[in-house]
Amino acid sequence: MNVLKMTDIKKSFGGNEVLKGISFHVDKGEVVSIIGTSGGGKSTLLRCATLLETIDDGTISYMGEDVTYYDQNGKLCYAKDLNHFKKFFGLVFQNFNLFPHFSVLKNVMDAPVTVQGRDKAEVKEECMKLLNKMGLGDKADAYPFELSGGQQQRVSIVRALAMKPDILFFDEPTSALDPELTGEVLKVIKALADEKMTMVIVTHEMAFAKAVSDRVVFIDGGIIAEEGAPEEVFGNTKNERTKQFLQSYND
Amino acid sequence: MSLITIILKMCEGLGKTCAIFFLTLLFSLPLGMVISLLRMSKNKIISKITQFAVSVLRGTPLMLQLLAVTYGPYYLFGVSVSRNKLIPVVIAFAINYAAYFSEIYRGGIESISVGQYEAATILGYSKAQTFIRIILPQVVRRILPSVTNEIVTLVKDTSIAFTVSYQEMFTIGKQIANSQTSFTPFLVAGVFYYIFNALVGFVMGIVEKSMSYYKQ
Repeated sequence: MNVLKMTDIKKSFGGNEVLKGISFHVDKGEVVSIIGTSGGGKSTLLRCATLLETIDDGTISYMGEDVTYYDQNGKLCYAKDLNHFKKFFGLVFQNFNLFPHFSVLKNVMDAPVTVQGRDKAEVKEECMKLLNKMGLGDKADAYPFELSGGQQQRVSIVRALAMKPDILFFDEPTSALDPELTGEVLKVIKALADEKMTMVIVTHEMAFAKAVSDRVVFIDGGIIAEEGAPEEVFGNTKNERTKQFLQSYND
Repeated sequence: MSLITIILKMCEGLGKTCAIFFLTLLFSLPLGMVISLLRMSKNKIISKITQFAVSVLRGTPLMLQLLAVTYGPYYLFGVSVSRNKLIPVVIAFAINYAAYFSEIYRGGIESISVGQYEAATILGYSKAQTFIRIILPQVVRRILPSVTNEIVTLVKDTSIAFTVSYQEMFTIGKQIANSQTSFTPFLVAGVFYYIFNALVGFVMGIVEKSMSYYKQ
């Protein structure tokens, strides 16, 4: 079953059409990397999928349930209860966006307890397990400003996982990190991939995308220019535009 | 009149000075938040009306506003002037200070990055939960120095109540100064305000410190 299905997504900002009809789906347990030039629309696609932006045209569904629909006048509408759909996904931001006034443990525990209304003791145990797994067990009482960028990003991954999403999105998770810190974050994502976590990763780390993904999507100029297994896309693409793009990374 | 007598007489008004001070804070701090939210309303008409009201409240003297609130009802509707002057004094002060606080709040709220809202939205926090749990605590921390500034000014502004002859400390001092042709009551008043504000500074320092366990 498709965890996420997007069809013919269009999105403009002002007069500038950023997404020009993208169809995109993710299956359960699949890891999909989205690559492409800056301004090509990959972050916008992610923001539309996570409902941070509203689409102009197209359809979105999670777990077979429609987020958007057309009314009898043919006007695009969003479902009333968007919180129902927010349960399905999590998002890891480029800039972490941790809550600075909460300790690490409170950052990861607060939403499951206050939003999902789960038992505090149970959530705490789960969160401590996750933090330990990410090598952050000793940082539970620290505040975000006391952590390195890599540690902050790992906390934000735990924060997303604590909500038990069906699919996890990453928006350039290592772009704000010093090169020596990207490794520790990529390792964590790799470990999640090995556990068959369903993930969509917008990234500039080509070697990582190649190693971790089941499918690679190359977005260029608001459309999907190429899509396929990493060996095809990175190995011997026939697509001129992809060749050019990858060439610029090898330079 | 000896210095001791002057001080004792003026002390009689300190209770009323404190009443203006605390009641003004009690009403203006929350009222400022209401005005601030109206000012940031997506409804352009509400936002513009609020903006205009704030500009009037900030752009005209507090003394004038106090006179208007105290004597306006009499001139406009023939309602007799309230015998307890504390009511019009607190109304005028609370509205005036709320206008200033509202702009401080707005500055604080708008300084919080969009990312904080987005992270909260993704995690499923409602708008109210996001504001109370995520945004407000960070705003309070950021605006505290500006709020302290206003509170210090308020301590000194309580003296403006003399214009409607409310018997607070400064009004009494002014009356003694007139009857005794002496400058001493003003010096005493100066010392009183300074001590009052030293206390305010001390308390706000503690509050600020209690919130500095994290960095933004």
